[in-house]
Amino acid sequence: MSTTEQQATTVPAGTFVADRVHSSVGFEVPYAVATFSGTVPEFTASLVDGTLTGEAQIESIQTKDENLQAHLLSPEFFDAERHPTVRFGGDVLRDGDDATIEGELTIKGITQPVVLRGTIVGPAVDHFGATRVGLKLETTIDRTTFDIKWNMPLPTGEPALANDVTLKADLTLVAKDA
Amino acid sequence: MRVLAISGSLRDASNNTALLRALREDAPDGVVVELYGGLKSIPPYDADDDVVPGPPAVEELRALVRNADAVFFATPEYNSSVPGALKNALDWASRPLATNSFRNKPVAVVASSAGAFGAVWAAAELRKVLGAMGARVVDAELAVGHASERFDDDGVLVDDDVRQGLREALETLLAEAAPALAAA
Repeated sequence: MSTTEQQATTVPAGTFVADRVHSSVGFEVPYAVATFSGTVPEFTASLVDGTLTGEAQIESIQTKDENLQAHLLSPEFFDAERHPTVRFGGDVLRDGDDATIEGELTIKGITQPVVLRGTIVGPAVDHFGATRVGLKLETTIDRTTFDIKWNMPLPTGEPALANDVTLKADLTLVAKDA
Repeated sequence: MRVLAISGSLRDASNNTALLRALREDAPDGVVVELYGGLKSIPPYDADDDVVPGPPAVEELRALVRNADAVFFATPEYNSSVPGALKNALDWASRPLATNSFRNKPVAVVASSAGAFGAVWAAAELRKVLGAMGARVVDAELAVGHASERFDDDGVLVDDDVRQGLREALETLLAEAAPALAAA
């Protein structure tokens, strides 16, 4: 088996840590007639011998409206005062460029099994000599199973906010020196 | 523990205010229930007046809420909703949203009316408003219908079931406030 084939079929061993400048974590949820999205810029993530773990500080949530941010942090949504972090952990399975992680996600103190799917790139050496792995992942959760149940009826009687929320992580992970 | 009690009614002989007096009488040891009396002095909300500091009556309300461990509401129902004076006070108190004094504050809502339904729609609306403000709205419901039959001529609560319902609502509120105190 050549080196190239090994890189395409295995998750690299060793420790890789997210480069936050080149990584992002966020969410999308249908709201009324459009999609509402946001990011959580304060997070850490690491890949250690094929296991991805991450933790995001929900107080850092960013949307395009400060009042919406305040509402999202309130007990009706994330209850950031009592549950300041969102956590994830699971083993990365690789099939060529495809990545799948069957892991556990904790939001608002409630842990649920989730499956993240996406792509994996690398390991590859960048122009500064650092070894990087890219993971682009997403999953869809039912927010109500994490006790995030707020809604408001539209004039038609339909709920304004969908229950299904897509979570996205686009991670660049850099190898730590042994 | 300090509980601020806010009645949605302004009239002297209010049944809702009388409910809160009963709540105060029955408060357990170590719990101080303070009856808010400034609702009538809150000016109409005007964003042009929403500066720092706000009107004195508004700042007083904000400080009382901030210094309380929890807030207990009793509201009547006007036209199927929250009385305007109470909603106006909350509109002031909710500003600015991200740092308002009700944020993460445990709150309970009970309601009473002269009619049969006990102001349930006003209570539901009030819970919605408080949730939108970022308060920690507890799951305690007490709707007192035919309210005038529950009090004697001196405004003293004489209905033991209602008194028990008030105690249970207060217990739920205090339980919600306890973790916040433990973390402080």
